[in-house]
Amino acid sequence: MVEVGSWRLYTSVAAGGFRRYATYRAATAAGVFTNTVFGLVLVYAYLALWDEKPQLGGYDQAQAVTYVWLGQAMLATLAIGGGGIEDELMERIRTGDVAVDLYRPVDLQMWWLAADGGRAVFQLLGRGVVPFVFGSLVFPASLPGEASTWVAFLVAVVLAMLVSFAIRYLVALSAFWLLDGVGMTQMGWLLGFFCSGMTLPLNVFPGALGEVVRALPWASLLQAPADVLLGKADPLGTFAFQAGWAVALLALGRLVQSAATRRVVVQGG
Amino acid sequence: MTRGPVGQGRAADGTDGTGGAGGPGGVVTGIGEAARPGDTGWGRVVEGLRAYRLIAGMWLRSTMAYRASFALTAFGNFAMTALDFVAILLMFSRIDALGGYALPEIAFLYGLSGVSFGLADLAIGSMDRLGRRVRDGTLDTLLVRPAPVLAQVAADRFAPRRLGRVLQGALVLGWALTAVDVAWTPGKLVLMPLMLVSGAGIFCAVFVAAAAFQFVAQDASEVANAFTYGGTTLLQYPPTVFARELVRGVTFVVPLAFVNWLPASHVLGRPYPLDLPAWTAFTPPLVALACGAAAGLAWRAGLRSYRSTGS
Amino acid sequence: MPHTTDTEAGEDAGGTGGTGAAEATGATAVTERDAGPGGDPAPRGGFIELNGVEKVFEVRRKTGLFRRERRQVRAVDGLSFTVERGEMVGYIGPNGAGKSTTIKMLTGILTPSGGRLRVAGIDPSRERTRLAHRIGVVFGQRTTLWWDLPLIDSYRLAHRMYRIPDARYRENLDRCVELLQLGALLDVPVRQLSLGQRMRGDIAAALLHDPDVLYLDEPTIGLDVVSKARVREFLRELNAERGTTVLLTTHDLQDIEQVCSRVMVIDHGRLMYDGPLDGLHQAGESERTLVVDLERELPPIDVPPPARVVRVEGPRQWVAFPASESAAALVARVAAGHPLVDLSVREPDIESVIAKIYAERTSA
Repeated sequence: MVEVGSWRLYTSVAAGGFRRYATYRAATAAGVFTNTVFGLVLVYAYLALWDEKPQLGGYDQAQAVTYVWLGQAMLATLAIGGGGIEDELMERIRTGDVAVDLYRPVDLQMWWLAADGGRAVFQLLGRGVVPFVFGSLVFPASLPGEASTWVAFLVAVVLAMLVSFAIRYLVALSAFWLLDGVGMTQMGWLLGFFCSGMTLPLNVFPGALGEVVRALPWASLLQAPADVLLGKADPLGTFAFQAGWAVALLALGRLVQSAATRRVVVQGG
Repeated sequence: MTRGPVGQGRAADGTDGTGGAGGPGGVVTGIGEAARPGDTGWGRVVEGLRAYRLIAGMWLRSTMAYRASFALTAFGNFAMTALDFVAILLMFSRIDALGGYALPEIAFLYGLSGVSFGLADLAIGSMDRLGRRVRDGTLDTLLVRPAPVLAQVAADRFAPRRLGRVLQGALVLGWALTAVDVAWTPGKLVLMPLMLVSGAGIFCAVFVAAAAFQFVAQDASEVANAFTYGGTTLLQYPPTVFARELVRGVTFVVPLAFVNWLPASHVLGRPYPLDLPAWTAFTPPLVALACGAAAGLAWRAGLRSYRSTGS
Repeated sequence: MPHTTDTEAGEDAGGTGGTGAAEATGATAVTERDAGPGGDPAPRGGFIELNGVEKVFEVRRKTGLFRRERRQVRAVDGLSFTVERGEMVGYIGPNGAGKSTTIKMLTGILTPSGGRLRVAGIDPSRERTRLAHRIGVVFGQRTTLWWDLPLIDSYRLAHRMYRIPDARYRENLDRCVELLQLGALLDVPVRQLSLGQRMRGDIAAALLHDPDVLYLDEPTIGLDVVSKARVREFLRELNAERGTTVLLTTHDLQDIEQVCSRVMVIDHGRLMYDGPLDGLHQAGESERTLVVDLERELPPIDVPPPARVVRVEGPRQWVAFPASESAAALVARVAAGHPLVDLSVREPDIESVIAKIYAERTSA
C-alpha cells in the first residue's frame, strides 16, 4: 500500500514529531513530576480499595499498583487527557490552512498518524518510563519475568497508539463541520479518561456498564496493554480486539476525511 | 498607584487622582508606606482587586461572545469532575468503606475539596499561562499598565466555564451534608464556610506560587497541576488512606491538609491526621493567610527576577 | 495596492520628506555636527534622562548534559542621553543592539543594572505604575486590544483602568477617532480588523490617558503604504498639537525621515550617533547619487573628484558624490559640459550609512 519513498517520508515526519516534543525539556520534567504525584495519590487510593476488597476485578494489590503506574505512563503517550497533535490539526482546519495539506501529494491521515506516532514514542520514553520505574521500585509491583510478555505488551501499546490516534483524528475532523471544536475535544477527553480506565480499571466497573465499557474502543488504550502486561488477558485475542477497532476507526477516519475534502474543495473552489 | 508622594506637579494634567478615584485607598496607603512609594499595602490590594474586576469583566464579555461554546465547555467542566465522583461511586458499588470512611463521609471530603479548589480555579486558574506570556513577550504589555501585575495575570483568561466544577463540588457537598451523621454544634457550623473560603485561599496561594515558579521555568506550567489538580484529587480521599510521610508533607510543607482534612475531622468527629491537637481544625484561615503571604513573596521574587533578566 | 520596497525608499523620501527635499536643494553642509535640535544639553534637565545606564544580562548556556556556562552580556553599556519635552526621536540600530532593552527600561519593565534613569522625574523601575499614567506604549507586533470584543470596549477599559476623567476621555477618543479614522471600526471585533486598522486602534489606546511620552516599537511594521502614511501623519499632528514626546524604534527609515527631527543610533548597547538625520549622512560619509540621462551613449563623463561615475548603462550614468556636498555645483558642471535630457538625485540608503558608521567605529 505504501511504497518505499513515502515510507521514508512518513518516517521523517515521525522523527520530526519526536524531536519537536523532545525540545521541551523543562515541560517533560514537569510532566514526569506531575505524573508521579498523581500516581502516588492514586496508588494509595487503590491500595485502600484493594485492602477492602482483595482480588477486586481479578487483580491483586501488586497488580493494581502496576496498573496505576502504567496509567500514568500511558496518559501522555496516548494523549488521553489531550496534548496530542489533534490540537494542531484542528487549528489548521479552523484557519483553513488544511486546504494546503489536502493538495499536497501526501496522505493527510498517514501524515498526521506519523507525526502523532513520533510524539507518542517520545512521550512514552520521555514521560512514561520514569514514573513507571519509580512506581515499580517504590511500591510492590507485579512485573512479568518473561521477555515474551514484554514484547506482547509493546505490541499492545503500539496498537493502543493506533486506536488512540484514530479516535483523536475523528475528533479533530469534526472541526470541518463544527465552528468551534472545543466541545468535541472536551467530549473526547471525557470519554477517553473515563472509558479507558484511567480513573478506575474497567474490570472493576460493575455489571452491564462494565460489559459495555470493556467493548468500547477506549478499552484498547489502557486496559488492553495492562491486561497483557499483567498476564490477565490472552495477547492474541487482545491484539485482535485492538486491531479491529484500529482498522474500523482508521477506515471511518478516511471516510470522514474524504467527505471533508469534498467540502473543502467545494468551498475553497 | 494613586499616591504621588508630594507633588511632581501632576495635578494639572488631571490624569492622576483627580476626584480621588482611589480616595480612601490612597489615603490609607499614604500612611502605610511613606517610605516605599508604589509597593505593598492595603491600597495596593484594593487597586489590585479593582484591576482584577475590570479585566475579568472583559474576559467575561469575551466569553459571552460565544455563548454556545461557553455552555458546552461549562458542561464539559462539570461532567469531567462529575465522572471523577462516578469513579468513587463505582468503587463503593464494590465496598462499604474506604480507609474507614463511608461513602457520605468521602463525599463530604470530596465536596469540600471540590468547592474550595473550584473557587480558586475559577478565580485565578489561568495563571498557569504566565510562562507562555513570558515566552512570547506579552507579559510586557501588562507591565506598562497602571495596575499590579499579579492582579492582571490572575484575571488573565478568566474562564466562567469553571463554574461547572464549583457546581459539581457543591452538589456533592450538598448531598453529603444530608447523608452524613453529624451532631452539629455552633463551632461546626461556623467552620463550614470558613473551611471553604480558607481552602480556596490555600489553593489560590498554590496557583500564585506555581505561577511565580514559571518566571524561572517557563515551560514547567505542568508542575502546578501536581499541586492543584493533584492536590484536590488527594483531598477527595481520607487521610487514613495515605502513607504517614505523604500526610506530613501535605500538612507541613504544602499545607493542603488544612483545606478539608483537619477541619472535616472535627466536623465528622474523626481522629485527626498525625494526631494533631483539636484546635488545629480552626486554623485554616491563618494557614491560608500564611500561604498567601509566602506565595506573595515568591511572586515578588519571580517578578523581580523577570524585571532584571527580561526572561 | 502600491508597494514600496526598501530600495525605493530613498527616492520616495526625496519627494515627501522635509529633510530630504531641503538637502537636495543643496543646503550648505552642517558644520557643527551632533548639534541638532536636541543636541544642546539642557541645563534644567531633560524630560527623559539617561546617565550611564547599564543593563547586564547573565546568560546561561548549556555546554554539556549538566554543565552550564555563565556569560555576562551587556545589552546596554553606559548609555547617556537626554530628550526634551516635545521632541520626536528615532531610535535605531540593528537587531540585538539594545534598542528594546532601552525601551523596556524607560517604560519600567526592566530594572537597569546601573546608572541613573528618569522619565518625567520618575524612576521607572521603582514607580512603574505611577509612570504608567504618563507614558503610552505601542508594541508593534503585540496588540493590547481585546481580540474578541469590539474596539470600543478596549477603550472603555482604558478609561476605567487609567481613571481618565469622563470629559477628557470623550475628548481624546473623539480626536483619535477622527485623526486615525476609527469611526467605522469602533463596533467591530478586533479580530476582524486588518493589521493597519489594528495598529491605529492600538495607537489610540495608548493615547487616551494623555501620556506625556509615547513609545512606539516598530509602529509601521507590516503595514501597507496607506496605513504607514496615516500613522506618520498622525504622529506629527499629535506632536504639533499636544507636544507629546515621541520615541520610536523602527526598521523603516521613512518613519524617521518623515516623523523624527532627531536620530539616535545604538549598537552594542552604546550610542553611536545622536543628532539630526542629515548629520547622520555626514557622519557616515554617505554618498548621494546623481542620475544623469544624456542624449546619447557617451563614455563616463568628466566630474570633479571626489564625485565619480559609478555606473554607465546606455545613455544613463550614475554619479556618486558626498551627501554633505551641494548637488547644485555638480549639476551645473555636468549640464555645462554634456547634452542632458534629465537629471535626478537619489538619497543615500540610510541602512548603508549606519553600516558605515559601525564599520568605522569598530575599526577605530
